[in-house]
Amino acid sequence: MANIDTTTDAGGRGAGQNALGGDNYLTHGRGLKSWLFTLDHKRIGLMYLVVILSSFLLGGIFAMLIRTKLLSPGNSALMDANTYNQMFTLHGAVMIFLFIIPGIPAALGNFVLPLLLGAKDVAFPRINLLSFYLWVTGALIALGSIVTGAVDTGWTFYTPYSTTTNTNVIAMVAGVFVLGFSSIFTGLNFVVSIHKLRPQGMTWFRMPLFLWGIYGTAILQIMATPVLGITLLLLIAERALGIGIFDPALGGDPILFQHFFWFYSHPAVYIMILPAMGIISELVSVFSRKHIFGYTFIAYSSIAIAVLSFLVWGHHMFVSGQSLLAGMIFSFLTFMVAIPSAVKVFNWLATMYKGSIWLATPMLYVLSFLFLFGIGGLTGLFLGALAVNVHLHDTYFVVAHFHYVMFGGTVIAFLGGLHYWWPKMFGRMYNELWGRVGALLVFVGFNTTFFTQFVMGSQGAPRRSYHYVSQFQPYHVLSTIGAYTLAIGLVIVAVNLAHSLFRGRPAPANPWGGATLEWQTSSPPPHDNFPTTPVAGDPYDVEAWTYDGRIGGFVKKAPAGQPAAS
Amino acid sequence: MGHELIGRLLGWASVQAEGGFWMPVQGSTGAVVVDRIFSLVLWVSVFFFVLIVSLMVFFVVRYRRRDARDEATPSPRHNTLLEVTWTAIPIVIVIVIFVWGFTAFLNLNVPPANSYEVLVTGQKWKWLFTYPSGHVDEDLHVSVNTPVSLVMTSEDVIHGFYVPAFRLKRDVVPGRYVKLWFRAVKPGEYQIYCTQYCGTGHSDMWAKVVVHEPGGFERWLEEASNFLKTMSPAQAGERLVRTRGCAQCHTVNGTAGTGPTFLSLFGHQVALEGGRTAPADEDYVRESIMEPQAKIVAGFQPVMPTFKGRLTDQEVTAIIEYLKTLK
Ligand code: HEC
Ligand SMILES: [Cu+2]
Ligand SMILES: [Cu+2]
Repeated sequence: MANIDTTTDAGGRGAGQNALGGDNYLTHGRGLKSWLFTLDHKRIGLMYLVVILSSFLLGGIFAMLIRTKLLSPGNSALMDANTYNQMFTLHGAVMIFLFIIPGIPAALGNFVLPLLLGAKDVAFPRINLLSFYLWVTGALIALGSIVTGAVDTGWTFYTPYSTTTNTNVIAMVAGVFVLGFSSIFTGLNFVVSIHKLRPQGMTWFRMPLFLWGIYGTAILQIMATPVLGITLLLLIAERALGIGIFDPALGGDPILFQHFFWFYSHPAVYIMILPAMGIISELVSVFSRKHIFGYTFIAYSSIAIAVLSFLVWGHHMFVSGQSLLAGMIFSFLTFMVAIPSAVKVFNWLATMYKGSIWLATPMLYVLSFLFLFGIGGLTGLFLGALAVNVHLHDTYFVVAHFHYVMFGGTVIAFLGGLHYWWPKMFGRMYNELWGRVGALLVFVGFNTTFFTQFVMGSQGAPRRSYHYVSQFQPYHVLSTIGAYTLAIGLVIVAVNLAHSLFRGRPAPANPWGGATLEWQTSSPPPHDNFPTTPVAGDPYDVEAWTYDGRIGGFVKKAPAGQPAAS
Repeated sequence: MGHELIGRLLGWASVQAEGGFWMPVQGSTGAVVVDRIFSLVLWVSVFFFVLIVSLMVFFVVRYRRRDARDEATPSPRHNTLLEVTWTAIPIVIVIVIFVWGFTAFLNLNVPPANSYEVLVTGQKWKWLFTYPSGHVDEDLHVSVNTPVSLVMTSEDVIHGFYVPAFRLKRDVVPGRYVKLWFRAVKPGEYQIYCTQYCGTGHSDMWAKVVVHEPGGFERWLEEASNFLKTMSPAQAGERLVRTRGCAQCHTVNGTAGTGPTFLSLFGHQVALEGGRTAPADEDYVRESIMEPQAKIVAGFQPVMPTFKGRLTDQEVTAIIEYLKTLK
């Protein structure tokens, strides 16, 4: 072990090793077919990564077009009002249903979950592949609506607008329906994997916190998504057959749709954020070289959040005309569900206390997350307070709030996780300097874009507006400049990562000093993940690893009295 | 000069200041209450945010890894007392915010008994305000220091009635009546928006609240209610087309909007869906307004709302007279 030269590794396995030159899951089978029909969770994870990042790009292009239009308050040569309405609908639908909901679980989760469990694969590899193709089918159906009449309802599909507009709502909704099954199957697979595949030594409270995050998410995916499915079917029936369940002219109730919709879509917020919190828990410990602080609380809070998140959907409807009593209960529970998230932030901070903090790119994303998610969470207090909500609802304040949570929280954690596991996925290190520049630009660009929107919103600017009063133009201009900066930051991130695939320094097995199992196999891992079934220890025992300058990564410390070797 | 900067920052962040950094002018009694709660939440948030970020920055600077082999300094992995404390304090704070937010919300929803009632109708893409006299207007006129309650409903899809200066908002739902009230405190004009997305003209669904000096409102209403008697029928018709939302879908310059143009409509043949034609005479126009779905003009969607019960005979006649002038 001691003399490993990572640049000329010949495919050996074990700690400290790079397997690019030898057998690994990337080289295990060749040709397109070996990818399209693969049952290997790592390859499925990579395929998800490709399609999900493509969706992110598509949604991002829509966002840039929207922001460009908003530079001026009046009509624009770039797009008319109807096109604008289709743009923000597509931006929302693509980002939510195609990117953020599957993002962390399906792409990173698929790759990492079996490795974290020390397992060969997920519990049902075939269903895993099926989920992927369901995703592709759903995405094609949904995006097909762009050609046949791009939807202009907003991603929330509120009735009766969605049942009366002449755009192709049915295609979009049918696509989302199919995507829902992809999500349900992924959740099912992960729940069973976590229950059944944990290795020797890994009790529930010795699970890495990312697994807890994914577990909470999976429960939500299984329990909430069917409600969305039924709602969307009802919407299709309403449009196609006029059954009248949401139509007041036929004795239906349009508000009922909102209840159904948010009964899924609020928990969906936690489908998006729980795995992100899991990633942050892993990263903050590794890059502070310290055991995570308050493990038990963080683990339980993931489940508490998952359960409570089913009881707060009405906070999206404070001004919709629901009863005062309902408003009161939903407001109260909304404040309560905020507590576990807030306390997690304190736990992460406490983990950094007296640590040895390494400001590598993934850690920069952690700091960025704490900052942005902090703002996202605190601005939730404004929206949870009923009387203040009345003023802020459906203004840019809400737009800013959920972008701080969804982008500042989930996407930032996703980027952090991507940089963290990248060497494991591809066996290459990216350029650290450009990684940091990218992280910084994303942070600055994001804040410029969205902090401005808080101010604009509390000043009274309504969202989803093609025209706006000229008083708001300076805010919009600043916000658009921020959006371009953010885009440049993301392009740098993408180029840096892509470049590393060809030119990156070969990665050691454990470049960061993580104590979870995925770092105990070569980078990239072999087809079967581990040469021998590993035994799990404390996932946060990072102090058991020490840096070895010769391989540019971490190796397990020798038990006292023996020379360092693995 | 350091003081001055801090003073200005505080000034920006203070929402009490009229038209400050965060909030627009306070035009109603309710706005004052909402702004107080907003201020409280703002300062709580600023406190916690500064706490989190300064701890984070301090730790990063203080415990920065200088050599790859550096180890962490041992410290406890959990501390029950600390964890309970930092859970309990936020719980207490959010309960205070919750109670205050809820009581103010209750107050906003229960109009005083003596309030002046105005009927608000949302339709694509225009607000209509109906006064007790029966007069319908495109702006909301009220008297200063008088509680006004709004009874709101929609003709088509959901709209959102929003007056930022009053911190007042409510979704307006077809088939339901919802009630909301306010008391304006300063004469002037305030912006009304639609906040619930409702299609093409959603962002044009603007109107004004005009707050009159004492006595001014009654004078205005008296004058406005009599326009059918004081104007010529064609003038009155022009006004009706403008203020009742027809102009949102129908132009008078020859270009088609959501509906056909009114230019050269009267007295000509209209091609209908299904290949038939109909002469555009008085009966046809009256039917188009009262039973818009009875005959659909070729090339258009059947989206026109009915105006049965919302326009009087006299008003329809005025509109017809106006259409006759559009040659
Ligand atoms: C939401 C949009 C909308 C509004 C508001 C609206 N209309 Fe229409 N109107 C239409 C459309 C679309 C058509 C054509 C389809 C049809 O015949 O129903 C139409 C047709 C008509 C026609 C027949 C036109 C022709 O060329 O034969 C008349 C007359 C008419 N509207 C009058 C009015 C009047 C008067 C008002 C206001 C009191 C009004 N409309 C408000 C959308 C609207
Ligand atoms: Cu929610
Ligand atoms: Cu609207």
